[in-house]
Amino acid sequence: MDLKAFTFDVDADGIAVAIFDAPDQSMNTLTSDAINDLSLIAKEVGKNDEIKGLVMTSGKPSGFCAGADLGEMSKMLSSNAASKDQESAKKAIFEAAFALNKALREIEACGKPVAAAINGLALGGGFEMTLACHYRVAANDNPKLSLGLPEGKVGLIPGGGGTQRLPRIIGIQEAAPYLLQGKSMRPDKALTLGVVHELAPTSELLQKAKDWLKANPEATAPWDGKSFKVPGGIPNQHPNASQVMMLGNAMIIKETKGNFPAQKAMLSAVYEGLQVPIDAGLRIETRYFINTAMTPEARGMIRTLFQSMQELSKGASRPDGFAANEIKKVAVIGAGLMGAGIAYVQAAAGVETILLDIDQSAAEKGKAYSKNIVEKAVSRGRMTQEKADALLAMITPTTDYNTLSDCDLVVEAVFENPEIKAKVTEQVEAVIGDNTILGSNTSTLPITGLAKASKRPDKFIGIHFFSPVERMGLVEIILGEETSQETLAKTIDYVLKIRKTPVAVNDSRGFYTSRCFSTYTQEGMEMLSEGVAPAIIENVGRGCGMPMGPLEVSDSVGLDTALKIGRATAAAAGQRAEDDPKAALLAWIVEDQGRVGRKAGKGYYEYDEKNKPLRIWPGLSKQVELKTTECPPELKEELTKRFLFRQCIEVARCFEEGVITDARDADVGSILAWGFAPYSGGCVSYMDLKWGIKAFVAEADRLADAYGERFRPNRLLRDLAEKGEAFYKRFPPAASEDRAA
Amino acid sequence: MTDAFIYDAVRTPRGKGKKNGSLHEITSLELATQALEALRDRNNLDTSKVDDVIMGCVAPIGEQGSDIGRTAVLNAGYDERVAGIQVDRFCASGLEACNIAAAKVMVGEADFAIGSGVEAMSRVPMGSNGGAWPTDPRSAIRTRFVPQGVSADLIATKYGFSRENCDSYAVESQKRAAQAWSEGRFSKSIVPVKDQMGATILDRDEHMRPEADMQSLGGLDPSFQFFGDMGFDDVAISRYPEVEKMNHVHHAGNSSGIVDGAAAVLIGNKNAGDAAGLKPRARIKGFCSIGSEPTIMLTGPVDVTQKLLKKLGMTTSDIDLFELNEAFAAVVLRMMQAMDIPHDKMNVNGGAIAMGHPLGATGAMILGTMVDELERSDKETALVTLCIGAGMGTAMVIERV
Repeated sequence: MDLKAFTFDVDADGIAVAIFDAPDQSMNTLTSDAINDLSLIAKEVGKNDEIKGLVMTSGKPSGFCAGADLGEMSKMLSSNAASKDQESAKKAIFEAAFALNKALREIEACGKPVAAAINGLALGGGFEMTLACHYRVAANDNPKLSLGLPEGKVGLIPGGGGTQRLPRIIGIQEAAPYLLQGKSMRPDKALTLGVVHELAPTSELLQKAKDWLKANPEATAPWDGKSFKVPGGIPNQHPNASQVMMLGNAMIIKETKGNFPAQKAMLSAVYEGLQVPIDAGLRIETRYFINTAMTPEARGMIRTLFQSMQELSKGASRPDGFAANEIKKVAVIGAGLMGAGIAYVQAAAGVETILLDIDQSAAEKGKAYSKNIVEKAVSRGRMTQEKADALLAMITPTTDYNTLSDCDLVVEAVFENPEIKAKVTEQVEAVIGDNTILGSNTSTLPITGLAKASKRPDKFIGIHFFSPVERMGLVEIILGEETSQETLAKTIDYVLKIRKTPVAVNDSRGFYTSRCFSTYTQEGMEMLSEGVAPAIIENVGRGCGMPMGPLEVSDSVGLDTALKIGRATAAAAGQRAEDDPKAALLAWIVEDQGRVGRKAGKGYYEYDEKNKPLRIWPGLSKQVELKTTECPPELKEELTKRFLFRQCIEVARCFEEGVITDARDADVGSILAWGFAPYSGGCVSYMDLKWGIKAFVAEADRLADAYGERFRPNRLLRDLAEKGEAFYKRFPPAASEDRAA
Repeated sequence: MTDAFIYDAVRTPRGKGKKNGSLHEITSLELATQALEALRDRNNLDTSKVDDVIMGCVAPIGEQGSDIGRTAVLNAGYDERVAGIQVDRFCASGLEACNIAAAKVMVGEADFAIGSGVEAMSRVPMGSNGGAWPTDPRSAIRTRFVPQGVSADLIATKYGFSRENCDSYAVESQKRAAQAWSEGRFSKSIVPVKDQMGATILDRDEHMRPEADMQSLGGLDPSFQFFGDMGFDDVAISRYPEVEKMNHVHHAGNSSGIVDGAAAVLIGNKNAGDAAGLKPRARIKGFCSIGSEPTIMLTGPVDVTQKLLKKLGMTTSDIDLFELNEAFAAVVLRMMQAMDIPHDKMNVNGGAIAMGHPLGATGAMILGTMVDELERSDKETALVTLCIGAGMGTAMVIERV
């Protein structure tokens, strides 16, 4: 046998051992070579009478197998996508995508017993490989071993039998979270569920697998037996299974608002596939797999949430040629909510942290934020006391600027007030080393302006954290006019050190994220002032994939703040705020009604004593004549477009103005920073893939004619449309070839 | 087109649809059989003159499967040349069966046809025949499927009916049903059910709770909160974003009861009636069915009534009596609100909240109720309608001859 990714040997007892050990890869993935090998192995084991059984295991210390090769798969799909409507192309793409299912089925039905010795993590196709074995023994001494089907997280469905075998093993209800949410399971859980049959130390795995093979020479898959029944039954034959399916369908709408094609397709593959023999089930799975993988959603999600996230988290956008910034000690100035959160993530990443505030009790209070988090983790058994103590020991609360002298970087996180920030800059620069970077955490103040207070503006940079810092994965890095590339490189080093994903943008009011996101709340305000019932605004906002309704977000930010910003913006544009019905409405809410938002327990919403939203304030209808109180699907679609287009148009403006320069950054930033409809793969992918720029521009023009110039496409969009280009072509990810996801 | 007349209508009493219900030990086939027998015997009907028996049944599986219509025809000893068919339009199956029977008469296919229905819910539970609509993701997600109770709660929420509104409607339904029974208003139609020995096992609707009041209903927990919390509220709101938060108001006391029962209506043309020596009791003026938005599901009676009245050149004020199946209180409240129908014209003898809703049979039952009531109260015109699963409505208008 000419195997490329496996080694294959038969021992004295006639047990064949196939070891997955793909050359030149640190982690096994199911490339076409590996799939081909599986097929060859199945044939050999089946026809060679000397062979009594087969063990499948991995030769990699990194794990068993991490799944399919997404890059290879994307290429295969896109090469067939152009002509996918033709009957012959459909057949070709099916054959290509069915290869893994076919090979695994050949292994499963090779006529000899097959056991998997799972010595490391097995995800996606790797896990599916083990499910096609008749027996699974997993290591109980490998903390990194987890089993799961994460496809759903990047918009795909399992394509190697996962939707068919997992529910056939543990039933639809138990399988649902592992399929739909892509949850993974640890070995002990897998044993309890019955997904693996036995646990053993890594050193004994192979022997355990062989022992089982010898004891079970006639083994076949349970579903190939005549009396096989799916645990818990199947819908429309067993009332409980019908109920499970019915609730599953509802849960999908509850959790995804029906926006994610993959989760729907998984349910369909399960529903349809379990009613027929496994061979037909596998074919059904592959068809849904292809349908799903071809959607703009899957293409956008794979690119943004898998490829780009990985690249950015490895520092793909870091300028070359600068020595690494070894981050050991970082000071955080200002121990408020943001400063305290930054101190926590630094300490958690092993960075010695000075937490400085003007008085010691404020600094101590900032440290208490971390104490609170680790105490909770300890009480829930998620952290040891030692680790908690070590983490807290990393944070030194102080009022003394002199402690900053040996820091590798300083993050200033004081109030959003240019004068205060300027004063801090002076104080910090008086004590830090000449090459130490000073980062300012601000969500709106232009960095170039703040840098005026600095004696070394080339080493001054914006580092925009999001709240709550410990949970938000993104950091927006803002370059002022004079910020150097070296400063950017070193700041990216810092962001990576604290395990966040960096996105770099150029200076502008609101930068990239705050500026684009604010259009979402503004559009909500437009709708309200038009007389659209607030419930419709909020439900459609959430329904199109945003984490909160625009009014709820505005409440969280503070309506007084929104009013102030609105007035400032109007003044800057030479307009009178009172002429704008939106501003007048906001002024009435804030100044006449005293409803300033969530912090006061009253804003667009009413809140309970725990500050949770109770309901939309009915008093709104006193000031706004609610003209639109019904929302049929056409209106829902129109409002959805208004929300999403408005944000995308602002993103296009940011590109035109050079605020953002890399399509990958824009997509990742839009999802991680403000939760832009994640199923789209981000703002840019929404334009590029869901619409195509030409159609997007035409639709934006229609919206502009109907609702106002704020929707009018800019020059850049028109130019892209004319030339038939996409953002990813014009603004390709730095240092990466054009991808075909 | 030939006129279709209603010559007679019978129904069994409705037994509680539980293991302790009186009809639980009587088969579905027997219920259907006794209804057909009664219709034949009290009219001295030569069954060879009947062309077809259309029988509504919503869970046609198990003992209700394999064409219960034809099975009942044979079992009742009808002439073997009488055809039989089972039809399913969910809750309106019994009325749809009568519509089909009437259509067969009107086009001349049949001289006599029987519209009927049967459902032994204690024996063949609701939903036991499964179905793609709620389970197949392609259908359930696309159509935003929610269970009917959630739809009823959605109607209440969207159109502003409170728990008190619904409970008070239910109390009134119980009162009206109790009064109707005490005055014998159903006695013309009721056919007591006989047991295996031929002794009467049930001669009155046993689901009624005339003692129900606001206080006793107020203690009941909403039945569909669970489904709402499991995700169906989100499903409803995703289709109706104008609903801020679902208000779950329906419970066992203001929703239709689960019961066992059967009914049959003899429909024929003038000549056939004359030849059989029968006097028509009502003329069928018209009927139709419509589809409506499936998530809110139960607003179809409004749409179908509007369509039918328009077709007949009538307005609501031309109708003396409205009979709308009381699947849920909000369904009736909504129709009265939408069409400005006074409560004293609507469900004058109570309805399914008090007496129960044997799914496949109800439509034929309440049609009979209207025939009786037009005669008793000396009125002219009645409209019978039902709300239906998956968003439909079926209606018929009759007038006294």
